[in-house]
Amino acid sequence: MSLTKLTCRLWLQRVSRIKKGFCSKVPKTPIWEELDNTKIPNVPQIDQEMINHLERVSLVEFNNQAGIERLSKAIESANKLHMVNTDGIEPMESVLEDRMLYLREDKVTDGKCKQEVLSNAVKTIEDYFVAPPGNIPLKTKERDYGSNSNGS
Amino acid sequence: MLSLTLKEAVHKLRDGSITAKDLCEKCIERLNKTQQLNAFITETVDISRDSAAETDKRRQKSKPMRWRKLEGLPIAVKDNFCTTGIRTSCATTMLQNYIPPYTATVVQRLQDEGAYLIGKTNMDEFAMGSGSVDGIHGPVRNPWKYKFTSSNTSEQTKPIEQVSMRNYHTSTDDWHIAGGSSGGSAAAVASGVCFGALGSDTGGSTRNPAAYCGVVGFKPTYGMLSRHGLVPLVNSMDVPALFSKTVDDASILFNVMAGHDVHDSTTVTDEFNHFTLPDNIDIKDLHIGIPKEYHAPGLSKDVHNAWEEAADMFEKAGAKVTQVSLPHTQYSILCYIVLNCCEVASNMARYDGIEFGHRAANEDSTEELYAATRHEGFNDVVRDRILAGNYFLLRQNYEKYFAKAMQVRRLISEDFKKVYASGVDILLTPTTLTTAPTYKWFTERDNRTSSEEQDIFTQPVNMAGVPAISVPSKLSTDGLPIGLQFIGQNFKDKELLTIAKWYEQQVQFKQLDLDYLDTVS
Repeated sequence: MSLTKLTCRLWLQRVSRIKKGFCSKVPKTPIWEELDNTKIPNVPQIDQEMINHLERVSLVEFNNQAGIERLSKAIESANKLHMVNTDGIEPMESVLEDRMLYLREDKVTDGKCKQEVLSNAVKTIEDYFVAPPGNIPLKTKERDYGSNSNGS
Repeated sequence: MLSLTLKEAVHKLRDGSITAKDLCEKCIERLNKTQQLNAFITETVDISRDSAAETDKRRQKSKPMRWRKLEGLPIAVKDNFCTTGIRTSCATTMLQNYIPPYTATVVQRLQDEGAYLIGKTNMDEFAMGSGSVDGIHGPVRNPWKYKFTSSNTSEQTKPIEQVSMRNYHTSTDDWHIAGGSSGGSAAAVASGVCFGALGSDTGGSTRNPAAYCGVVGFKPTYGMLSRHGLVPLVNSMDVPALFSKTVDDASILFNVMAGHDVHDSTTVTDEFNHFTLPDNIDIKDLHIGIPKEYHAPGLSKDVHNAWEEAADMFEKAGAKVTQVSLPHTQYSILCYIVLNCCEVASNMARYDGIEFGHRAANEDSTEELYAATRHEGFNDVVRDRILAGNYFLLRQNYEKYFAKAMQVRRLISEDFKKVYASGVDILLTPTTLTTAPTYKWFTERDNRTSSEEQDIFTQPVNMAGVPAISVPSKLSTDGLPIGLQFIGQNFKDKELLTIAKWYEQQVQFKQLDLDYLDTVS
């Protein structure tokens, strides 16, 4: 900061101090740092293979190109985290990490609630939940989400 | 009667100057008159009447019996807390048919002290949002400056269920959002339907709507209130939180609910010492910190002024007020995006249509059933977060995003620790950038963008687990409430509430008064 600027600011502070009797501790202007966009990693292209993979593990679909764009935006935001130096910082999983986790005695404390447990299932047979045949891969669907998906 | 505080209502019920029945009927009447706010998903009017009758019966018993702390008091509960026999939908198609066989611990504790449920409140689907506009029942409207139309026309404007999201604008008149995701609970308390309400707070979901609706919103220290029965969003940050008209009321409700729960291993086992807040509060030895990073881009002039006035007020009253720095504040919301999506991807894995919740008709295979169920059951916001979470958790991305975000989380948490270690007792910040935006303005953004803007002052608190409270400060130049946030130290909830109460005593914020609705037929 140049000397003139500094003097100017000090003078302004004094003026406002005289006016109000003291200087408020609340800053007058926003103080967020502007991020240097050139240093933020680029968002990778989300190709058809990635789309298929994510849909398979998530068991939900992107639906359309807009869905893929929203993922790109989320990645773009997340990439800004790389502006923070975290060398040697231990990841934090829980705010209670410095406390012992409470473990109760290994004893049955409730039960006999079969009806309640089953009451919210749409389909039951006798006392069982019902699922259709398993271990059958999802049928591949013909989809085109537009420009970003480069075919497979 | 509805303008009473919870503390006053409890007192009047106890000394018999009002009956539980009268109070209950008043609340139900207000509930009916404010239908247009869309604050409730499920109304439990019958339960309310039965409970009120029960309370009045208790009084008539000849044998003296313990008068419970919240005897005869109606409360509202956000629709993501399980309630035995009452649908708990989380405002999602996925849980439209879900009737829990158990009750959340915090709700149970309120009921054990004599409070009853007046209804389950509206919210964003699975609490993912900051406006209460992204649930399947349509948006919650902020009661402030809302133009209520007479009951004859209310039938037409009453939101229809199963609307497609964000294409929801029934009239040309714009109105203000309630904030979210616990907007229904905030609107219910602000409009006088109940004396207290439960919300949940993962990134500000209680403090944000509290600020927008001009009520108190208190998020206690992580680990003080049980999460048992709260449908999980981000387990490491979710905290049951509460709405009330005054800080004293928040303290009363908190004292009833706090303490260890065997059903939630993340509640702390320390014995909870019940407290009441003093009326004469001395702030001479208090050290208030003003985190400079909370003057963020987009902070409105009105909110800035309110913040400055509050800081000056403390200083003039003899407290030490200093500017401090929480340098990682601006990264908090980015960190939150990653952690939230990752935990959501994991938490949402339970919804497959087999044991509970929505089940699609596709029975070709288990996999097809899962996919169809989840496709039908989740909205775009939920799907987006699951997909993004699974992207961040991919083997090649795990370190780059998930581990990185957890490292940044530690830095954010350390920021708070350092400031408190330097002698600061409490931090004073705005709760939100602006007053409640209009629905039109808000829905021009997508959910993720809104969250990035809306949660910046509330979200860092959840990273560190510290307690925080939003207290109404004053009205803006255009007549909307402004909330200020006090942030305390872990497990010093009482100290935080005490200082918030001092501030409340100074500003004497005037609650919204909707009594004129009683005269409209």
